[in-house]
Amino acid sequence: MTPPPGTPPQPARTASNDLRQALTRKSTVRPAEVIFSSLCRLAAWSSLGILCVLVGTVVWKSWGYLDWSFLTSFDSQRPELAGIWAGLLGTTWMIFLTFTTAIPVGVGAAVYLEEYARDTWMVRFIRVNLSNLAGVPSIVYGILGLTVFVRMFDLFAREGLITHLMGKHIEAIVIAGVEIPLPLGTTLASGALTMSLLILPVIIVATQEALRAIPPSLRHASLALGATRWQTVRYQVLPAAVPGIMTSIILSISRVIGETAPLIVVGAVGFARFAPGKIGSLKDLADHPGGLLQAPFGKYTVMPVQIFNWVGQARQEFQGVAAAGILVLLGLLLFLNGIAILIRNRYQKKLRW
Amino acid sequence: MAKAFSNLMNDRAAAERAKAGTSSEETGPSQATLRMKVETRKLNFFYGASQALFDISIQIPERSVTALIGPSGCGKSTFLRTLNRMNDIVEGARHTGEILLEGINIDGPEIDVVALRKRVGMVFQKSTPFPKSIFENVAFGPRLTGVTDRRELDEIVTTCLQRAALWEEVKNRMTDSAMALSGGQQQRLCIARALATNPDVLLMDEPASALDPASTSRIEDLIFELKENYTIIIVTHNMQQAARVSDMTAFFYQGHLVEMGQTQELFTKPREKHTEDYITGRFG
Amino acid sequence: MSRLRESVLEWAIFFCSSISILVTAAILFVLLIETVIPLNGVKPFFGHVTLWEFFTETRWTPTFAEKHFGVMPLVCGTLLVASIGACVGLPLGILSAIYLSEYAKPKTRSIVKPILEILSGMPTVVYGYFALIFVTPYIVRPIFHSLLGLEVDSTNALSAGIVMGVMIMPMVCSLSEDAIRAVPRSLREAGYALGSTKYDVSLKVVVPAALSGIVAAFLLAMARAIGETMLVAIAAGNNPQLTLNPLKSIQTMTTFIVNTTKGDTPSGTIEYQSLYAVALCLFVITFTMNVISHAVMRRFREVYH
Repeated sequence: MTPPPGTPPQPARTASNDLRQALTRKSTVRPAEVIFSSLCRLAAWSSLGILCVLVGTVVWKSWGYLDWSFLTSFDSQRPELAGIWAGLLGTTWMIFLTFTTAIPVGVGAAVYLEEYARDTWMVRFIRVNLSNLAGVPSIVYGILGLTVFVRMFDLFAREGLITHLMGKHIEAIVIAGVEIPLPLGTTLASGALTMSLLILPVIIVATQEALRAIPPSLRHASLALGATRWQTVRYQVLPAAVPGIMTSIILSISRVIGETAPLIVVGAVGFARFAPGKIGSLKDLADHPGGLLQAPFGKYTVMPVQIFNWVGQARQEFQGVAAAGILVLLGLLLFLNGIAILIRNRYQKKLRW
Repeated sequence: MAKAFSNLMNDRAAAERAKAGTSSEETGPSQATLRMKVETRKLNFFYGASQALFDISIQIPERSVTALIGPSGCGKSTFLRTLNRMNDIVEGARHTGEILLEGINIDGPEIDVVALRKRVGMVFQKSTPFPKSIFENVAFGPRLTGVTDRRELDEIVTTCLQRAALWEEVKNRMTDSAMALSGGQQQRLCIARALATNPDVLLMDEPASALDPASTSRIEDLIFELKENYTIIIVTHNMQQAARVSDMTAFFYQGHLVEMGQTQELFTKPREKHTEDYITGRFG
Repeated sequence: MSRLRESVLEWAIFFCSSISILVTAAILFVLLIETVIPLNGVKPFFGHVTLWEFFTETRWTPTFAEKHFGVMPLVCGTLLVASIGACVGLPLGILSAIYLSEYAKPKTRSIVKPILEILSGMPTVVYGYFALIFVTPYIVRPIFHSLLGLEVDSTNALSAGIVMGVMIMPMVCSLSEDAIRAVPRSLREAGYALGSTKYDVSLKVVVPAALSGIVAAFLLAMARAIGETMLVAIAAGNNPQLTLNPLKSIQTMTTFIVNTTKGDTPSGTIEYQSLYAVALCLFVITFTMNVISHAVMRRFREVYH
């Protein structure tokens, strides 16, 4: 077969020397290659450098302000007396209340979507919806919380719809000795409900993934033994999904502890010299344990909001107080994430497919 | 079954002779008269602790088609990949023994593996066009060697597409994405792409196994045309294909080279019983 | 009886799953009632302020005596900080992603990945603090003021932007890495078989093949930067002005919202409504970017499956 016209002729490769030369001609390592791989390495390791500088700055600034009394005192006009106790308590309450609401709803939704729902347009719509919700800025959740929980669409206001319907201006209801303000106002409950909505997409999606990872044979075996769908879920699927649910909790803990903007919008106080429910010590708890039930319905602060408040102060010393607060915040984050990871790993060891 | 093969081989040989206009009984190059393009001596290959190739000593003549046959997992692809040092990128892969290209040990410390791979090209089982235009796919290799002149690139791309029997089908859509081509066209594109670096040796790892019969037949014709200028080593699990296309055949089994010889002889009068069993379909 | 319980349970969890739709509907409703839909006879925001004024007026002064409602200073401030963040965070993120997926040994990955996770889990007040206390006085001021003699405000867009870049880098890195890993091994092998170096394969085969996934990652990171509040509230300033000078103090959409609600603005007033108008604007921008990003990501996944 003759090659088509215009083809460059194949060079005669008769001498092996020609080939040897070609093979050993070390393709000159282009400077571009070295520069590029160095840049890549630098970029990746810069994260370590940045983290060190960041933490280093905070530690340096907090010198002299971080001590035991800082942890156990309330805020003060004087920087040397200011403490983060109110914020610590508030954050703890916030974690507890948020997860109490978000986990049942989130896991329930995930269970429905994975175990019960057929692949209708509705279900697909929910899935798309969840990924969109995850991208909504947290401050918009704050505005949502402000309107729905804090102000409750102004239904209970003096000119509100409910006031018209009921004929009188309702400001609160009392259940079991606990006074619940209406509208909910700038209470811990509003904040916790807002945060629940914020982390709900994460919990649902992560739990869904955990459920999907469980092999169908487990469900089939259970159903074949005569269990109902709910029994299968309750006794087989959910226990197996616990590590995955823990993962979703780990992912959300950092957000719940660190989110500031939505809580400011929903009315977390910046300067607080009180504890939620007036329970700031074990003595308080002994004196009036009813405060525990009242706490979600009172004003509050959380650590990042306190820190934000300190940063905005005119007096320079408060920057040091803020740094101390940041260290406490990071410490709590590290501690809680660590525990959650430990729990998840323990559960994962027990399950071997 | 062996008879059917030998009939096939005789037909093909007759066709070749008619085309070449020779009257000689010899079909294809014989091992004695031509230079060995590729050779391995006592090649042992290991993936970590497990051994995949045992003492392979083989000689591949230039400007011929050598087929490597054998059941799945017998090491044919592994062997192929040692010839252009593709196993270098696999973690834990190592080998002992020599691999020679025209007498030069390709494992030598002075050998530039990048240059080696330009002289020993490879086509894979599943066609892997880059998500670029048809032109850019073929021009990829020459660009690596520093060719930037547009006219030169055009010439190289055109030639290679012609050699790969794809030119007529794509000459008017060179800027279209390569992903829009059919499976058979994509594989021919990959062949053109491999030819663009002007290699001496072309390694083909089951190039037609994922294609329909029509495309397979085109690729086989292509191989037959290409052997005029290139040394081709093709791994195939399709014995009929090996019989149709190759001058020499090597039979691998569980990492050992059982037998190698001229294709016609191997398929009609195999020396080893094992070979005969495989060819007649007793296993694999 | 157990049958009834099962049904009730199923309805309960169905309700749980529909909460996500309720939330989306609620967000839209909440944003629209103060801005567009008249409720209880109260004129919404865009009943007082025309769209034209909203988008073309160059001053934003809802809390002053002389009120102007041009949102562009806020949008401009937001985009200024976000762009600087992009210039810092996108290169850092994509280069790290290439390093982690193409070059790094497993041991390196096991160190760098947790560090990136820590950085991405860092509360943003900490980033804001860092920008204010360290970046402005020790990086921006020495370069731009001491060296170049330019005026640097104590809160400025540049410091916030630089730290914003650090904040989005882990996200860009992890999403880009996913995109790069989705590129099949066979494509890389084809590149090597043609005589490419690692540099050639990474830059000329892998990254172009992963490009739409990387673009989707960029968009998501940008949306995150635009929606960020605390970092800019602390470090970028409280001064809405239409400027491209990154050394000046500006105000972003998010800062305006967070600082105005702090003052407990009474409802029904135009200042209160302006909060919602800005929130609506913010929502529309980030939502659009998220939708485009997901569409691009879907197309990318289709190619490799």
